[in-house]
Amino acid sequence: MKWIITFLIVAAGTCPLSLAADWRQFRGNAANSVATGETLPTELSGDTIAWKARLPGRGLSGPIVIGEQVFVSASSGYAQDRLHVISIDTATGTQQWDREFIATGRTLTHDKMCNATPTMASDGERVFAFFSSNDLICLDLAGNLQWFRGFGSEFPNASNSLGMSSSPVVLGHTVVVQVESDAESFACGIDVESGVTIWQIDRPRAANWTSPAILPATDQQSALVLLQSSKGLTAVDPVSGSIVWNFDQGASTIPSVTVDSGSIVIPSNGLTAIRPGKDNTFEQLWNSSSISPGTSSPVVVDGLAFALNSAGVLSAGDIKTGERLWQLRLRGSFSSTPITANGYLYLFNEDGNAFVVKPEKDQGIIVSELDLAEKILCSPGAANGALYVRSDAHLFKIAERH
Amino acid sequence: MELQIVRIFAFLLTMALMSAVRADDISAAIDVLRAVRPGAADSAAARNAVQEVTTGGSQALLPLLHGFRDATPLSVNWLRNAFEQMADAETKAGRQLPQSELEAFVADQSQSPFARRLVYETLKRTDPGIENRLIPDMLLDASPEFRRDAVALLMTEASHLQDAAIATPLYRKAFSGAVHEDQVKTIAEALRKHNEEVDIQKHFGFLSQWSIVGPFDNKEEKGFAMAYGPELEVNASLDLNLQAEYDGQSAKVRWQSISTTDDYGVVDIAKQIENYKGSLMYATTTWTSNKEQQVEIRLGTPNSWKLWVNGQLVFEREEYHRSSQLDQYRVPVNLRAGSNTLLLKICQNSQTQDWAQRYQYQIRICNSTGSALLPSSSTARSEIGSGVRQ
Repeated sequence: MKWIITFLIVAAGTCPLSLAADWRQFRGNAANSVATGETLPTELSGDTIAWKARLPGRGLSGPIVIGEQVFVSASSGYAQDRLHVISIDTATGTQQWDREFIATGRTLTHDKMCNATPTMASDGERVFAFFSSNDLICLDLAGNLQWFRGFGSEFPNASNSLGMSSSPVVLGHTVVVQVESDAESFACGIDVESGVTIWQIDRPRAANWTSPAILPATDQQSALVLLQSSKGLTAVDPVSGSIVWNFDQGASTIPSVTVDSGSIVIPSNGLTAIRPGKDNTFEQLWNSSSISPGTSSPVVVDGLAFALNSAGVLSAGDIKTGERLWQLRLRGSFSSTPITANGYLYLFNEDGNAFVVKPEKDQGIIVSELDLAEKILCSPGAANGALYVRSDAHLFKIAERH
Repeated sequence: MELQIVRIFAFLLTMALMSAVRADDISAAIDVLRAVRPGAADSAAARNAVQEVTTGGSQALLPLLHGFRDATPLSVNWLRNAFEQMADAETKAGRQLPQSELEAFVADQSQSPFARRLVYETLKRTDPGIENRLIPDMLLDASPEFRRDAVALLMTEASHLQDAAIATPLYRKAFSGAVHEDQVKTIAEALRKHNEEVDIQKHFGFLSQWSIVGPFDNKEEKGFAMAYGPELEVNASLDLNLQAEYDGQSAKVRWQSISTTDDYGVVDIAKQIENYKGSLMYATTTWTSNKEQQVEIRLGTPNSWKLWVNGQLVFEREEYHRSSQLDQYRVPVNLRAGSNTLLLKICQNSQTQDWAQRYQYQIRICNSTGSALLPSSSTARSEIGSGVRQ
C-alpha cells in the first residue's frame, strides 16, 4: 500500500496537472496536432459557435487552453510593437485580462504575418508568449509577469525581415525556443521558473519558420526536442542541449516535423519518415515526393500520414510505406495546420471555411463545413470537447450545444 | 486632556512615519524595476518589487508612472505590468483611479510616452471624452501614437470638406505632425490633388545625395566579410579618399555622384547604375549636425549591408531579399557637432529569381519618434570633396 501511495505522489509530481484536458502549445500537448481523448463536434453549423470573443490588433498565433482559461497572443499598433497576452474564460468567452508589453526587437514583418505569429506554450502553471520580435514573456495564470526575455535586443541580428514564426515548446522544466535567420541563429532552453538560459546552441544561419517538435521518451531514451532546418533535423536533449542525432538530408523551412507512435515524419523531399533506433541512430522508413505539405505541417493518425498543400489539396499516405492512397481537393488557400480528434480532421482555410473530414483508407469525406467569414491563418486548439480558432479580430469557440 | 492630545499626536506621527517608510519602500521597489538588466537574473527581485508597488495602491500610482521616464524597454515592461495589476485591483475593489491627476500626467510631455499612452488608454475606457480634450494638442507630441491620433483627427476633418481652400491648410497642418508612412502618403495624395507641392523626401529626412563606388566582388556572398579599398581606409582610421581609384570586380573603379529624387529616398543601384550580380558597392555622404546628439539612422534595403558613422561600424546585417521597407532597420547613433560621415556597404548576391533583383537602399535620419532631423545647413551635401579627403 505504501508503495502505491508513493507511486501516486511521484506520478502527481511529474505529470502536469489536468494535462489531458489542456491544449498547451502549437499543435497540442505532444506538438503533433492530435487532440488525444477529445470528442469534437463533427456537424459544424452556426449553432456550434458557442461564443466569439473580440481580440485586439492582429494575430496568427493559435489559442492554447489551460483548465478553464484560453490564452491567445496579439500584436497591435502601427508598427506592431505592442504585444498582448490575453486570458479568456472558456465557459463564457469573457476576457479575464489583457496584459500588454512593448516589443524590444524588430517588429516589421511581411503583410501576411504579424508580430504575434508564434503560438504560446504553457507548463500548466505559467504561459510563455513568444513573438516575431523575439520577445519571450512568461506570465502566471493570473497575468502577473514572471520574467521577460528580449532576445531581439540580446541578439539584434537574429531576426527576419519577413517575420519569425517558430513557436516554443515545453518539455519538463524547459521551454525551448528556436530563433533562426539568415544573419544569426540559435536555439535555447530556458528554465520555466526563472527564465534563465540553461543551454544555447548555434543553429544553421538560414531563414527558418519551423517549430520544435517532441520525440516522447522510450525505455532507452528520455524525451528529445526535434529542431528542423534547411539542413535537416536535429534531436536535442532538452535538459542539457546536447545533440543526440542528426538527420542531414535537408528539410523544409516552413512546415514542421511531426511524431506519431515513434515514427518521425519530416517535410523533407516531400515527406520522409524515420524511426529512431538504439545508440542514437535512426533508420529511414520511406520517402514520398507525392505527399508534400505546403505551409501546413503534416499530421499522422490511425495509420495515415496527411499533408495539406497551400492550394487546399489534402493527400493521405500509408504511414508504413509512404504510398499515397488518396487526395481530396478542399476549397481555398491554407496556411494553418489541421488537427485531428476522434477520427476526424479539422481544417481551416484562409477564407475562414472550416472543413470536417472523415478519412477512410481509400478516400476522404467532407462531413460538414462552416463559414466563419473571417481570415483564419492560425492552427486551431482543442480542449474539453471544444475547438478554438482565431482570426485577427475574434477568438471562436466551437462546441456542441448542451 | 493633555495626555489625550499627546496620544493623538503620537498616533499621527506614527502614521506619518509609516507613510514615509511606505513611500520609501515603494520608491526602492520602483528603482529595482528600473534597474532590471537583460537576461532573467533580476526577475525574482523584479517580481517582489511589483508586489511591493501594487500593494501600495493609489499611493504608488504616480511614483510608478514617473518611474517610466528614461527607463529601458525591458524596465518599461515590468513597470507597466505593475500598473496594469494595480489598475485591475482598483477596478475590482470598486475604487476610481485619480482621474484629474492622471489626465494631467498624460498631458505632461516631459513624462515617458509609454507611460502617458498607457494611462490615456486606461482612462479612455471609462471616459471616451478624453480624446477630444487631449488629442488635438498632440500633433507634435513626443509619442508617435499620440501624433498619429492627432493627425487622424485632422485628416478626417479635412476629408469632409468640399472646399479645397479650407481643406488644404488642415492637410498641411496634419502633414507637419505625421510620422507614419500611410498617413504621409494619404495626405500627400490629397495635397497633390489640389496642386500643392509636397516634399516627402525632406519631410522624412532622407539622404538623397551620395558618392558611390563599385562594383567590388561579392560572388558566393564572400564580399560581405572582405574589406575593399574604402573599408580598408576606414579600418585604418583614415578619411575616405574620394579621388582614389580601386581594383573593382572587373575593372578599376572610381567614386561617382549619385542622387535620388524618389519621394522615399530610394537610391536604386540596379536602375541608376547597373544590377551587377554578385557585387557590392560603397556609398558615402555627410550630414552636418549643429550639436552633439543621439539620432536614429533608419534604413530600408533588401540587400546585405554594413554602416559606419565617423569611422565606427554601427551595425551590419547579412540578409538578402527578405523584403525592403521604410524604417526596416533602426540604428541609434551619436552624432558629433559638425560634419558626420556615413559609409554604407551594400551587397547584391547572385540569386536569379525575379523577386531577388533589387539592389537599392533608402536612409534617413530622425529622432526616436520618427520625425525627420535635417542637417544644420541646407547646403550640406555628399558632393565629392565635401567633408572628405581630396
